[in-house]
Amino acid sequence: MKLHDTATQAQGGARLIRLLPLAAALLLSGCRWAVLDPKGPVGLQERSIILTATVLMLIVVVPVIALILIFAWRYRASNLNAEYRPDWSHSNRIEAVVWLIPCVIVAALGVIAWRSSHTLDPYRPLDSKVRPIRIDAVALDWKWLFIYPDQKVATVNQVAFPANVPVEFHITSATVMNAFFIPQLGSQIYAMAGMQTELHLLADEPGTYQGLSSNYSGAGFSGMTFKAVALPQRGFDAWVAKVKASPQTLGPGAYEQLARQSENNPVAYYSQVPASLFADIVAGKAAGNAQAAAPMAAMTGMTGRYVPRSNQ
Amino acid sequence: MLGKLTLSAIPYQNPIVMGAVVFMGLTAVAVLGTITLLGKWKYLWTEWLTSVDHKKIGAMYVILAGVMLLRGFADAIMMRAQQALAYGPHAGYLPPEHFDQVFSAHGTIMIFFMAMPFMIGLMNCVLPLQIGARDVAFPFLNSLSLWLTVVGAMLVNLSLAVGNFARTGWLAYPPLSELHFSPGVGVDYYIWALQISGIGTTLSGVNFIATILKMRAPGMTLMRMPVFTWAALCTNILIVAAFPILTVSLALLALDRYLGMHFFTNSLGGDPMMYINLIWIWGHPEVYILILPAFGIFSEIIATFSGKRLFGYTSMVFATMAIALLSFLVWLHHFFTMGSGADVNAFFGITTMVIAVPTGVKIFNWLFTMYRGRVRLESPVLWTIGFMITFAIGGMSGVLMAVPPADFVLHNSLFLVAHFHNVIIGGVVFGAMAGLTYWFPKVFGFRLNETLGKAAFWCWLVGFYVAFMPLYVLGLMGATRRMDHYDNPAWQPLFVVAAIGAVIIFCGIMLQLAQVVVSIVQREQARDLTGDPWGGRTLEWATASPPPAYNFARIPVVRDRDAFWDMKQRGVNMKAAVYRPIHMPRNTGTGFVMAVFIGLAGFAMIWHIWWLAIGGCAAAMVALIRHAFDDDRDYYVEAEEVRRTETLRGRHQLRSV
Repeated sequence: MKLHDTATQAQGGARLIRLLPLAAALLLSGCRWAVLDPKGPVGLQERSIILTATVLMLIVVVPVIALILIFAWRYRASNLNAEYRPDWSHSNRIEAVVWLIPCVIVAALGVIAWRSSHTLDPYRPLDSKVRPIRIDAVALDWKWLFIYPDQKVATVNQVAFPANVPVEFHITSATVMNAFFIPQLGSQIYAMAGMQTELHLLADEPGTYQGLSSNYSGAGFSGMTFKAVALPQRGFDAWVAKVKASPQTLGPGAYEQLARQSENNPVAYYSQVPASLFADIVAGKAAGNAQAAAPMAAMTGMTGRYVPRSNQ
Repeated sequence: MLGKLTLSAIPYQNPIVMGAVVFMGLTAVAVLGTITLLGKWKYLWTEWLTSVDHKKIGAMYVILAGVMLLRGFADAIMMRAQQALAYGPHAGYLPPEHFDQVFSAHGTIMIFFMAMPFMIGLMNCVLPLQIGARDVAFPFLNSLSLWLTVVGAMLVNLSLAVGNFARTGWLAYPPLSELHFSPGVGVDYYIWALQISGIGTTLSGVNFIATILKMRAPGMTLMRMPVFTWAALCTNILIVAAFPILTVSLALLALDRYLGMHFFTNSLGGDPMMYINLIWIWGHPEVYILILPAFGIFSEIIATFSGKRLFGYTSMVFATMAIALLSFLVWLHHFFTMGSGADVNAFFGITTMVIAVPTGVKIFNWLFTMYRGRVRLESPVLWTIGFMITFAIGGMSGVLMAVPPADFVLHNSLFLVAHFHNVIIGGVVFGAMAGLTYWFPKVFGFRLNETLGKAAFWCWLVGFYVAFMPLYVLGLMGATRRMDHYDNPAWQPLFVVAAIGAVIIFCGIMLQLAQVVVSIVQREQARDLTGDPWGGRTLEWATASPPPAYNFARIPVVRDRDAFWDMKQRGVNMKAAVYRPIHMPRNTGTGFVMAVFIGLAGFAMIWHIWWLAIGGCAAAMVALIRHAFDDDRDYYVEAEEVRRTETLRGRHQLRSV
């Protein structure tokens, strides 16, 4: 009878542990904690990793903190009732346990890390039957330029895309290093001159999400924010039509003007953009690039997976 | 003649900066005036500036760290105030070009000129005593290391008054730190301050390794070394292995800036990613250079105040070595978001987590040291317990960010800022404070005031949580670091709470200053006449407090890990039957003089005053060569004087019994 009880309790405990991340998620989803309130599959998986890993570690950390306080109190000098063994300093059994416990937790986390690094690799196209939309993002001092190679339009400090369609971002910088980040959609990645990084994201539901540069880049850095707008397909088409109706175009002169340092830029639409602009920026050939980037920088790249654009 | 230096380099139009400059100037005048008034210049020169005594050098390192803590903390308060104010329509009180200098200076000062000197200072004070040595292996080099560090710190502070400091963050990532994007002298101040102090640190590393390996008392095998000595050994191996990387990285950056080369530029084959890799190949071991000595301090304190042997000594030693080795295998976790492949990210993520194993073992070992002990809950123990709990939480957020996809959303956010302050304040600063309280009576001969010490601890502990828990939340809300302004009004209340936390920490620091003053005033009541105020276990407690210049009249013979505890148990008489003359190094001003010239050369490099740069280096070289030909570098403490000193000490002991 007693045995049965313990078994049920253990089972209940296990279920509870499995439910914990979910409970935490429910608790937090109402808040405005962007990272814990994701609106896309990438962010969702990342939140679940954060919560799972936290719970896994709390299994050890909470008892350890409790033990620290209990031992410090129980074995305080004034408590003469507690056992005192000044020469006791070794126990194979305790040693084995204290090495084993962190090993087990780290092994579990290691498996999570290995698997999730691969499934959530920012370069990996998302599993979706829908054909992704391609958007090129360029970090400038101090604003974001978004180029739509298929729609042949460009925008500043606003990026729109259809909801439930994977977005394939190609990211570079025409200036210093920045990082492209839309917290509610998931991963961020660096924007670096002379090379391009990739990021695949998807928004589950229409909405406006805050975007930012998360790598300090100089005086205008704080204002380097943008709005990421996920629209229903029809709404997106209408948005593209609106951009196409803009009187502004992004010829070489206009780009050179745009690339100059400026802060807190308003949203701008460009109805035309040269097909080669993004490739030129990556190759350091675009007019006005702050300190023209050379392809060699990319060839020697140690970690950035540079994809030569010469085949385009 | 003066290179780029003109009167316009002084920011007299900026009231905040000028206020700070005037304050610093008045403080300097007050200090110098007091010295003159008391006629202490000769004393200062002969007893301190030229001293090669490791205890005095250690004390000066710690004083430097304390002063720099105040400077770095002023930066912290300014940042907290700005971020509490600057949201939506409010711009705050600091323009970006000032705010950006403030956070760059805060990081640079706190790591290089607060945490590093504090730890190296404590090592200086304690290491030779712990291994039963009379001084470090190279006493002159030790003095040179100290003064190079001081000169580096002075350069950083000079940037406040003359010119400006870097606006690049504390690691000066290129291309932002390249001439094209940072044309002023700020980055040059950063480069030369770190180059000069970095060479000092490297020399310290060499010095301590030689000291530990060659100068241990007879009988002290490697596996009988105190754990703090072990931690120091690993730390200094890390210093010697890692600091040259920093030196080379900064030298390459300097070549870019001074000679138009292209190591890290955007153009002509430069590769900023190379710098980011190099700086973190130094930077991650640097984190362990700071924390390993703290681990050593906590190990000593917890054993002493539990009245018990340290649990799992062998485990502790292996864990320390493992951490030292692994610290070189994790640097890429600082930039998972740079676009490395999944395999690379996963590898570095897992190596990072593996560090949690030996670190976790250490926490368990401290835990089981308290188990069945008699824990005296005095302030060094409070710092230790506060550390164990805080560090467990900080370690947890660290391991969390070691999972690459978790880092993809937490990287560069305030969550990250909260994490590293959690481990650096909770680990390094608490460790430094614990070590200071623990070893203060050894170095100065009297204890620090316990009441004020405890009050300071509680302010630091509570202040830390109030200041940094909101930053964890802000990070999860999508707030990134280094913002001088933000639009989301929902963040503001949390920034206000964080600012209140900083004020609570400020109270802690003020209490510590009061503690030092009160303790000095009331030192007669708190004298340590026994040399062993805490019931110590290691050799530093076997000599008088403060120890005589030669440390030990007779070098002790070690028969146990807890060498002094063992001697006390066996009733060994530390007194020598016959006193012999003791061979000691003579003080020399060469280290100080060289550092001043090198500092001048550094200043000249910053402002492109080429003749002064060459002249400064040449003068430093001449001073070194002169020192090299100086044969009068040592002396003997006469046997009679040793006898007199030791007899005096004996009387003290008798009286206290």
